[in-house]
Amino acid sequence: MERKENKSSYFQDVLKRFLAHRLAMFGAIILTIEILSVIFLPVIMKLDPYTMDYMNFGGAPSAQHILGCDDVGRDLFARLIFGGRVSLMVGICSALVSLIIGVPLGLIAGYFRGWAETIIMRCADVFMSFPSMILILVLASVLGKSVMTVTMVIGLLGWTEFARLIYASVLSIREKDYVESAKAIGTKNGPILLRYVLPNSFAPVIISFTFRTAQAIITESSLSFLGLGVQPPEASWGNILYYAQSISVLSSKLYMWVPAGVILVLTVLSINFIGDGIRDALDTKMKI
Amino acid sequence: MLKYIGKRILIAIPTFLGITILVYALSSLAPGTPLEMIFNDPNATAEQMEAMRHKLGLDRPVYIQYLNWLWQLVQGNLGTSYRTGHSVWADISERIGPTLLLTFSSLAFSVIIALPLGAMSAYKPYSAWDYISSAVSFIGAAIPNFFAGLVFVYLFSVLIKAFPSGGMYDTSGTRSVPMLLHHLFLPMLVLSIQQIGSLIRQTRGAVLDVLQEDYVRTARAKGARERVVMTAHVLQNAMIPVITRIGMMIPFLVGGAVVTEQIFAWPGLGSLMVLSINSRDYPVIMGITVFIAAAVLIGNIIVDLIYGLLDPKIRYS
Repeated sequence: MERKENKSSYFQDVLKRFLAHRLAMFGAIILTIEILSVIFLPVIMKLDPYTMDYMNFGGAPSAQHILGCDDVGRDLFARLIFGGRVSLMVGICSALVSLIIGVPLGLIAGYFRGWAETIIMRCADVFMSFPSMILILVLASVLGKSVMTVTMVIGLLGWTEFARLIYASVLSIREKDYVESAKAIGTKNGPILLRYVLPNSFAPVIISFTFRTAQAIITESSLSFLGLGVQPPEASWGNILYYAQSISVLSSKLYMWVPAGVILVLTVLSINFIGDGIRDALDTKMKI
Repeated sequence: MLKYIGKRILIAIPTFLGITILVYALSSLAPGTPLEMIFNDPNATAEQMEAMRHKLGLDRPVYIQYLNWLWQLVQGNLGTSYRTGHSVWADISERIGPTLLLTFSSLAFSVIIALPLGAMSAYKPYSAWDYISSAVSFIGAAIPNFFAGLVFVYLFSVLIKAFPSGGMYDTSGTRSVPMLLHHLFLPMLVLSIQQIGSLIRQTRGAVLDVLQEDYVRTARAKGARERVVMTAHVLQNAMIPVITRIGMMIPFLVGGAVVTEQIFAWPGLGSLMVLSINSRDYPVIMGITVFIAAAVLIGNIIVDLIYGLLDPKIRYS
């Protein structure tokens, strides 16, 4: 009973510290609004990001199209919202992919040491020392440019951060007394990893997950901006900005690129604030 | 020290081989065979195709093809571009200079801006400086290169026309260093923004850590002037983690250069990469990737050396 009370008060403390973190709350509010908008607005407002309005190629904002139209007459507000769906999904899913690959590898390397450690951590070094943007470009061009491949490729190349974090914390946890005693009473490696090592090394992973999501959103939008990521007619914040590569759009049709860019920056900023808030709330001494 | 250098170089070799294997495997996954790309004559007979296959070595096992390719690579032969018909090396080599200029100037610029800002905000935490530099680092980390590029082109070359919007020289045909620097400024600034943000945070953290060390208190207690304490004790020790961070910036700068070069029509490796990907010019894609791998590995070794010079603990262990 007493133990349960202690536990809940720990989480209450964390929550309290998070709620008191002003920037994190700002980020959480913005992100909540965004998520609710991308889920519900398309239904409520009957948004259509695909139909081309032939009277409005590159048309300025009007009552009919509140943010105007892109070069082929698609409603930019609808594309902004649908693009948000894609960009947020790609960001979160690819961070998940990185986590799913990186965490087990980091656990294995840190817990078993030996040759597994050498191979996994050396591979991580190789990945970290090479510009992942270049590999992502090559991979995306070889495997095709769908939302799915972009997500997988970004996720695949982001595993090192998680592996290194988990690895570092497992190295210290495996020497702890509770792991020692679990071994002494004959607990197998699998349960030790799942029950003792993983939960105790998860704080840095949660924090890193937020930063990774923000980074993945930036990578996806950069790829799509170059025309090598999410392909039209599918919208993403990056490919909305693709048209701004033309100097005439850039200089005289601000409505075609400023909103998507500002939303993109605001989203990444919000996620980073939330990450900072979680880090301060969990009070771990880690630096990213 | 020699042993330390030797070890670094020995570690770099398998890394490089690993990257070549990865690149080769990827290019063989690519749709369209080299045969179709080089020999696209619809009237060719099956025998002619077969003869060409044999001549190009495509009828041999993949690992033999890889080893052949690697052997050519070691000799400096990266193949022939599908798009231009020139040797890949000729196409790449004329682009190396602009990319090196862009990445190195942006590395230097980031360091010059971020180190003083980071150190100052650690020296007086929660001062106005601290707030300004943490705002800079937050926003810097959240702005993708390409959006910063668009905004800067809009502000500085469309609105106030202070800087050119692209290229290395203007179209007049004359080339001069001031003109080059004038064209370099915006892309350099754009490429630096993200790095400045993270470098400020890293420097601030490192200086804060060192300020709490006993030897700093000792130095102050024995009456050393604050200037001496900061330069001789604090900054020198705080540099060690910062140098690591600078080393980790190199791959990000090279990756960011792809986007930045594309926006500013900067004639470097990055814009050639995008062009080659769009035209499925695999020999060039592979050539650039391998070249960048080699360059980044050499960069890492140089950073490791600086690191070893600064930190005796590493040199002697």
